[in-house]
Amino acid sequence: MMRRFLLISVPYFWLLILFLVPFVIVLKISLSDTALSIPPYTPTFDWSDMGAFFRALDFENFLFLTEDDLYWKAYLSSLKIAVISTFFTLLIGYPIAYGMARAPEEWRPTLMMLVILPFWTSFLIRVYAWMGILSSEGFLNQFLLWTGIISEPLTILNTNTAVYIGIVYTYLPFMILPIYSALDRMDGSLIEAAEDLGCSRLLAFWLVTVPLSRNGIIAGSFLVFIPALGEFVIPSLLGGSGTLMIGKVLWEEFFSNRDWPVASAVAVVLLLILVIPIVLFQRNQQKQAEAEQ
Amino acid sequence: MQTVTFAPWNDPNEKPLIRFQNVTKKFGDFTAIGDLSLDIYEKEFFALLGPSGCGKTTMMRMLAGFENPTQGRIELSGQDIVPVPPNKRAVNMMFQSYALFPHLSIWDNIAFGLRRSDMPKNDIVDRVEEMLKLTRLEKFARRKPHQISGGQRQRVALARSLAKAPKLLLLDEPLGALDKKLRQDTQFELMDIQEKTGTTFVIVTHDQEEAMTVASRIAVMDEGRLIQVATPDRIYETPNCVYVADFIGDVNIIEGRATSVGPERYRIDWSDSLPPLTATSATPFSDGQGCHLAIRPEKVSISTERPAEADNAVEGKVLDIAYLGNLSTYHVELPGGTIVKAQTANTRRISRRNISWEDSVWLSWTATAGVLLAE
Amino acid sequence: MMRLSWFNVVSLTLGFAFLYIPMIILVIFSFNESKLVTVWAGFSTKWYGELLQNEAFLSAAWVTLKVAVMSSTLATVLGTMAAHVLVRGGRFMGRTLFSGMIYAPLVMPEVITGLSLLLLFIGIGLDRGVMTVVLAHTTFSMCYVSVVVSSRLVTFDRSLEEAALDLGCSPLDAFRLVTLPIIAPAVISGWLLAFTLSLDDLVIASFTTGPSATTLPIKIFSAVRLGVSPEINALSTLMIGIVTVGVISASLISKQNLIRQRKEERQAVRAQ
Repeated sequence: MMRRFLLISVPYFWLLILFLVPFVIVLKISLSDTALSIPPYTPTFDWSDMGAFFRALDFENFLFLTEDDLYWKAYLSSLKIAVISTFFTLLIGYPIAYGMARAPEEWRPTLMMLVILPFWTSFLIRVYAWMGILSSEGFLNQFLLWTGIISEPLTILNTNTAVYIGIVYTYLPFMILPIYSALDRMDGSLIEAAEDLGCSRLLAFWLVTVPLSRNGIIAGSFLVFIPALGEFVIPSLLGGSGTLMIGKVLWEEFFSNRDWPVASAVAVVLLLILVIPIVLFQRNQQKQAEAEQ
Repeated sequence: MQTVTFAPWNDPNEKPLIRFQNVTKKFGDFTAIGDLSLDIYEKEFFALLGPSGCGKTTMMRMLAGFENPTQGRIELSGQDIVPVPPNKRAVNMMFQSYALFPHLSIWDNIAFGLRRSDMPKNDIVDRVEEMLKLTRLEKFARRKPHQISGGQRQRVALARSLAKAPKLLLLDEPLGALDKKLRQDTQFELMDIQEKTGTTFVIVTHDQEEAMTVASRIAVMDEGRLIQVATPDRIYETPNCVYVADFIGDVNIIEGRATSVGPERYRIDWSDSLPPLTATSATPFSDGQGCHLAIRPEKVSISTERPAEADNAVEGKVLDIAYLGNLSTYHVELPGGTIVKAQTANTRRISRRNISWEDSVWLSWTATAGVLLAE
Repeated sequence: MMRLSWFNVVSLTLGFAFLYIPMIILVIFSFNESKLVTVWAGFSTKWYGELLQNEAFLSAAWVTLKVAVMSSTLATVLGTMAAHVLVRGGRFMGRTLFSGMIYAPLVMPEVITGLSLLLLFIGIGLDRGVMTVVLAHTTFSMCYVSVVVSSRLVTFDRSLEEAALDLGCSPLDAFRLVTLPIIAPAVISGWLLAFTLSLDDLVIASFTTGPSATTLPIKIFSAVRLGVSPEINALSTLMIGIVTVGVISASLISKQNLIRQRKEERQAVRAQ
């Protein structure tokens, strides 16, 4: 019994102290006064004096978030960017996953590996690679000028378009893998049965393949949407001054403005926004796990 | 395999090796075993037989120590083993999946248990060699489990669980993963090894043929209860209820009302249009009591003419004939719709079948052929 | 198997081109003579030479490696324990909270994790440096390890452990002698995942580190913010090369093992 207690308590307390307690602190600081909390600052944890603790709380920082339109614009713009890039990731990822699932059996492990390989390479480097491509004298513009499609270089880097491209590119494997595994499990004779019963190719795809890969689509979309919403690296390297994303705002609030209570309030609100998709994602995963049993 | 002399369960002075005393096992609200008592004797080959979910595996896991009873006592050689953890019990188990350690060679698999004891190294080597010889696996000692066939894996699992010379060996569906032919050969091998080592075997199976072949006694289980505990021949010939009769082998069940017509002799009224049947029964039935007559198909004769002397004879129409090679089973529909199966041995090769579909035939059996059951 | 239609061929070709062309361009231009990253001026390996002279990069790489080894090892131990608790722990007080804390870090935005850990470290007065980054990395990567290991443990035939107990092992011995050797591949890939995550992390490290410990991603990020540079290309090429060799050889080894095992199984069946 001692052994079981140790086995459970070591990872348990680790996560309590280094994951849960920090959130409580964020919550507390988000509810405390700016003036007191600007560094150098040592938060006083008067857990014993709970009464005074609660009296000291106020929602000033959250009110501040609603007053300054920078914040809600940043939240809205993050949502918009996350939704649009998730949509494009799905649009690009689905045909790739579909092609992989239809590929000859002996190719599939190699194709799988080719999808996973970028995931193991540095995220930062993959974002960086696009800086050289998208800049006004970059490869994309060079190529387009050479083909004669355009006569003037396009401005792509430091716009929202570059952010979309960056998100689609870096999160593509997260979309492909769950869809592929859903399609791979699908019995090929189902399509034949649908065609046998009078469906055209396209109709069979729409009526059989798409519904059967639904869980993969949902899982993939959440896996892209959730991290994209809080993304920091992509908007700060590929986006411009006009690119508003909440991860970047939080970073700047913290490192540049050094306003910790507001940064904490931003984090709390971001978390509240994320709770909905995270819960939906968990439920989808659970349903899928149950269906497999 | 049953010897006349080996019947310790009939000897009141014999001490059982295993004793279940009013054992109940609950998983949450579900009662897997309900107030069950059972004695198993040394050197027995005891079979727990029943459909999946009847509690037979739970019984075995309680013996191995992986489950503890909610109530009651389990004794091994007179000692309560409930508080003893599995690694301290003189009981070994052969798992249904064999549970061979994939990262160890056959040799190391067999030596695994011995190394956990304080046996000297030389003795371990000797013992492993002995087990390899017993199970004819000498050639495969250095291989890994995935490098041998299913039948060989089964023997490794057996050797590994026997290596520590346990007082009791538990076998969980030991032949379930083998194909039919191999299974039959292995059944005899198991009996052979059981006899050679003198170990008490408790086998769990859902295969009634397997239980009948190997076991000295069979416990038929259903829904966590023991339905009947007896030798295979008694289970087959004198089942104590319709459930057992139906579970073991093929059987015709005819439902009716009994009326006493002599000492241990009863008339069974079972149909409005057909004459009553006659059957003997040692268990008494009151007049008008509902009863089931259970008759094995091989005890029903089939003929084209009405047999001259028969306790019971009914006429019907052949509905189906199942040719099984050694046997043929006739499905005969009686007026009123009851279907009775009759089986004959095909003793001659390609004899011209004189009975065909739609033929009118007579079925007959003696008064002692069937068993009269109350439920 | 169905025939690969032209549509599948086109989507696979374009898809993989999209995934790989940016990296290939990056690699090619790391060998560019010119300082301008977008104009080819002849083959040269001089940027690699300059990279190796760059003290700041080298020391950052050393810090990153130290952090990655320590945090991934710690995360593997904790994550394997957590996986065991998740799959085998049965019921205990706060089980839901526990599994929530395992899965939440996987979807938590890095900025939030980083910020909250920083505030904790300040709150308890811990000096920020290598140690705090290790703690932070261990915390989020142990969750990845536990997901990888628990997905293996779920399919683990429990009767193997029971057989070990039945043959006289204590529970700890059963884990050491039977479970661990069998789940070792999952534990190793968990370690590799934790290691890569740690090597890769910019945001959490930026929050939790102090001036004494600059990791490679932090260094790269601050360099990259100023624009593309051939030196970063060279560094990226090295990192891509290491990962590629690692992933390809790992998959070749596992493929070979699988083929060998299949062959031996077939032989075993035939020999019967």
